[in-house]
Amino acid sequence: MAFWDYANPTRFLRLVQVVLPWLIGFCVLAFAAGLYMAFFTAPEDYQQGNTVRIMYIHVPAAWLCMMCYTVMSISSIGTLVWKHPLADVSAKSAAPIGAAFTFMALVTGSLWGKPMWGTYWVWDARLTSVLVLLIMYLGLMTLWRTMDDPIKAGKSAAILTLVGALNLPIIKFSVDWWNTLHQPASVVRMDGPTIHPDILWPLLVMAVAFTLLFFVLHLMAMRNEILRRRVRALRMRAASVSRPGTAAATAQPAE
Amino acid sequence: MELGTHAGFIIASYALCILTVLVLVAWVRIDKANQERALKELAEQGISRARRVHESR
Repeated sequence: MAFWDYANPTRFLRLVQVVLPWLIGFCVLAFAAGLYMAFFTAPEDYQQGNTVRIMYIHVPAAWLCMMCYTVMSISSIGTLVWKHPLADVSAKSAAPIGAAFTFMALVTGSLWGKPMWGTYWVWDARLTSVLVLLIMYLGLMTLWRTMDDPIKAGKSAAILTLVGALNLPIIKFSVDWWNTLHQPASVVRMDGPTIHPDILWPLLVMAVAFTLLFFVLHLMAMRNEILRRRVRALRMRAASVSRPGTAAATAQPAE
Repeated sequence: MELGTHAGFIIASYALCILTVLVLVAWVRIDKANQERALKELAEQGISRARRVHESR
């Protein structure tokens, strides 16, 4: 069976049923290991002290909020170029999850900033561009809810998502392009991480746990969206049967 | 374990993340239950995908 065969929603739902329990198991194990390492094996930072432990959730949340938008952007290309039946479902389902990760990144960063920087918030390029990302997520969620027709909503949202993707390199390189209070990259660098392995490893394990959590939630949300479109299609069919002539624009993508 | 003078900030950060994840999990589970209930109600009214597939043949 080719990868593209999973574009069929029924096959996709069967795949989700098989994969989801394994993903949930690995996710729980990764969180258990990551949290143990974060609190019991990782040392205090020589400057930050124990507040470095906030980094074990702040940094993965920040990575995931960008990864989630990248998934939405790829899905949007699938919607506009290939009209892939699951592409729009994927983009729509990822938006609330991305918004939640962005919210986590902003609030945990703020809670780290108060003891370390002396302020909860500063309008520097990194923080402001991540706030713009949160607004983009909320705007896209609103756009999907304002249109009844999921096909039209999906196309409009796909265009807006791709326009918003311009913000991703701004977030990533804001600490290099502008003089910001936020520190520059210390893990994903051309010359390798600048963090001591004792702190780096718990961070990477937590990043794996957050990534698995994203995939678990995304698959569950996609399954729900497919079911929602089936309900909508069946209700439209029932309405067209009870009122002949109102006809049947019932076929939905990912129905 | 001892979290030092900034324990409040650390605990608040983890508590907020746990709460956010719980809200997300509750959202997907409640949404799934709602959609499955709607499909079941439609099936009880004789409106189902199986019937549609049968009719189209």
